[in-house]
Amino acid sequence: MFYYLFKRILYAVPVLLGVTFAVFLIISLIPGDPATAILGSYATPENIENLNRQLGLDKPFFQRYLKWVVNILQGDFGTSYSLNRPVIDEVVERFQATLILSGSSFLICSIIGIFFGIISSALQYSFFDKIITFSVILGISIPSFFLGMMMILLFTVELKLLPASGMYSLYGGGDLIDLLKHLIMPSTALAIVSTGVVVRLSRSIMLEILRLDFIRTARSKGLKEYRVIFIHAFRLAIVSILPILGLQAGFVLSGAVYIEIVFQWPGVGRMLVDSILTRDIMLVQGGVLFVALCYVIFNIVVDFLQLILDPRIREE
Amino acid sequence: MKLKKILSHIFIVSVALIGFLGLISSPVKSNTPSDVLVVGQIAEPKSLDPATVTAVNDFRILMNMYDGLVRYKDGTLEVEPALAKSWTISDDGKTYTFSLRTGISFHDGSKFDANAVKFNFDRMLDKNHPYHNTGPFPLSFFFSAIENVEVVSDNSVRFTLNAPYAPFLSNLAYPTGLIASPEAIKNNGSDFGRNPVGTGAFKFNSWKANEAVIVDRNDNYWDGKSGSKTIVFRPITDGNTRVAEMLSGGIDMMVEVPPISLSKFQGNDFSIAEQAGPHVWFLILNAKEGPFSNKKVRQAANYAINKEAIVKDVLEGTAAIAAGPTPPAFAWAYNNNLQPYPYNPEKAKALLNEANLSDKKLTFYVTQGGSGMLDPVAMGTAIQADLEAVGFDVEIKTFEWNAFLGEVNPGLEGKADMAEMAWMTNDPDTLPYLALRTGAWPDKGGFNSGYYSNPKVDQLLEAARSSTDQSERAKLYQEMQTIVQEDAPWVFVANWKQNAVTSNKVNNFSLQPSFFLILKDVVKQ
Repeated sequence: MFYYLFKRILYAVPVLLGVTFAVFLIISLIPGDPATAILGSYATPENIENLNRQLGLDKPFFQRYLKWVVNILQGDFGTSYSLNRPVIDEVVERFQATLILSGSSFLICSIIGIFFGIISSALQYSFFDKIITFSVILGISIPSFFLGMMMILLFTVELKLLPASGMYSLYGGGDLIDLLKHLIMPSTALAIVSTGVVVRLSRSIMLEILRLDFIRTARSKGLKEYRVIFIHAFRLAIVSILPILGLQAGFVLSGAVYIEIVFQWPGVGRMLVDSILTRDIMLVQGGVLFVALCYVIFNIVVDFLQLILDPRIREE
Repeated sequence: MKLKKILSHIFIVSVALIGFLGLISSPVKSNTPSDVLVVGQIAEPKSLDPATVTAVNDFRILMNMYDGLVRYKDGTLEVEPALAKSWTISDDGKTYTFSLRTGISFHDGSKFDANAVKFNFDRMLDKNHPYHNTGPFPLSFFFSAIENVEVVSDNSVRFTLNAPYAPFLSNLAYPTGLIASPEAIKNNGSDFGRNPVGTGAFKFNSWKANEAVIVDRNDNYWDGKSGSKTIVFRPITDGNTRVAEMLSGGIDMMVEVPPISLSKFQGNDFSIAEQAGPHVWFLILNAKEGPFSNKKVRQAANYAINKEAIVKDVLEGTAAIAAGPTPPAFAWAYNNNLQPYPYNPEKAKALLNEANLSDKKLTFYVTQGGSGMLDPVAMGTAIQADLEAVGFDVEIKTFEWNAFLGEVNPGLEGKADMAEMAWMTNDPDTLPYLALRTGAWPDKGGFNSGYYSNPKVDQLLEAARSSTDQSERAKLYQEMQTIVQEDAPWVFVANWKQNAVTSNKVNNFSLQPSFFLILKDVVKQ
């Protein structure tokens, strides 16, 4: 089992290298450069050339990428061109906020998603099932940034119940309740599509399982229905639901980028967008590396949990 | 099936959830103390080191924390004394001697004197300066005319220029010329931008990434005490979110209100401030080749485009129609006799007939958005429709801003017939000198991407730059404007009126033509 885990962690290295290489390549290929972005209207060819030389951007692509990798291995994430500041400071300062946002969205989509998926499968074709299915289609179809704006209009502008932006109140806040107040709209808006996906897939997984022989056996033994569903069927279903959750973790991490912009959440999303617009390769790389690392770690955890929960995989 | 049981579970969970929501979403009460002014900015600043930044968004904070040797007089673009009490200019226009105010300290307690001034300019301009490595300094070419800076005495400093350069004083009033504390730069190096120290009306308190920059009143300010104890600059990138925060009372004022949202702020709870600034939005026409190499066709384009409709309907009144290459905000240099090209499609058609064009196909470069570009896609589409109405066949090509600059700045030759562009400058010299002279063609390092060339204009601009007499400069600029308008190297479209909204608690606020945000005298009740 530990051999398996070790292997998975080892596989993560080429994945991260591949991701960072692809991003580095794309940013280098698209037109525009940091000097043009920094100089704005004053970007004469001469000024651009001078600034690019100062920033070390006149070197060939592979040389720059290799230098970046070597520096990373030594713990040096480089300096942001446009902010003139170590990338690691910039990323670490913001990453916690992104983790809180996407983590809470992930919790919402897993708990609510699985719960309603099970209810909906247990009560197949009932009124409840139809309501849930309808809501799921609605949720999956609404773009989350649009939903976010509508929520702001309703809860902030009209009802004046929740703050529209930020993570903590600047004055008199800072506690958990304050955080939850700021968190509730962005995390709901971010979770809504994922929740829909989880409901739908866990419903269909459960439906398949509920037709299996061992469920009929359990029922005929006279077990209570909720035991049959929540204990017997669910135990098997969760093994298939886990990988879906792993995918959703990636979805909420990437969706955080635009939700953070709508709600001015102080995370890496906004930073990534800005750094792409200013072609700030170092900052893009730093942000992407952290997000990719989170995703990879999360999927290793999911695989590991599957291993624990499913004896069949363990034997393989 | 125990349907009821399951339903009752759902019921209990829902009640608990709603109760929880109710608990945490008790009505938002603003806990912000009344002497704290919260400003909604359009983005997080890149740095608070005046020598290294280029964005108006950053300038809005800097102007409240630092002073320059000179500054713009309230409500104008004319220069008045700040850290310098007075100055003399030598007859040849090459030596400026400033006499400095005494008894002024930086926020860190270190003394402001002639050495501090020299340190700031040497840091930017001298490659061998020990703190030159705290750059890069992208706008240092504002001061490229400086040959050396000498400390005459503790409170006198002398700048020697390599040639007479009239915009020098105006450039000193620009944020790149703000004076930072040498001690703080020595202590923090490149991290000075996160630990800024100046002499201004407010001193730095803290910077929380993507949340706020907070500055506190400088009680020892040389020019009187400021109206607010603390100012919080909050970056709220999304325009709609900024409007929502303003409407719900989360911020006290906001800049750059999206035109479409202005109507939400009518009424007594808010007031809207507007100020035309040194901005001009224009179309560069390729005068080297294709249809626009003919002056009549360029004039036809100016007649064909309905600028009034663009300003009123696309920009919702947040801009005025531009008449020529110089914005009216440069009141002293503006030619008041200039009338904008009227909207006259018949005249445009007649001019096109005279020009007898064989090919009326145009390639038009449009950007998706960028500094000062207002609403470039909608404006570009309206322009396309107007030009097609008089017989042109216009093909739009759209670029993201950075890529757009990469296409347009090296020149339009062989690629396009016209391109959108906008400039915000601090001196009437800057834009025409960098974008209308023959010596400013892209291959010579300038921004004349449409290859306009008129020896008379070149001569006028050179003369205006080397004269230190403002009324003489004004005459030269006014003559230049008349010629350029007639030659029509550009389609002159709009001058942006910057706007801001304040809540009714905020008093004494006005916008500046420089587009800087000066908050010293603003009082919140």
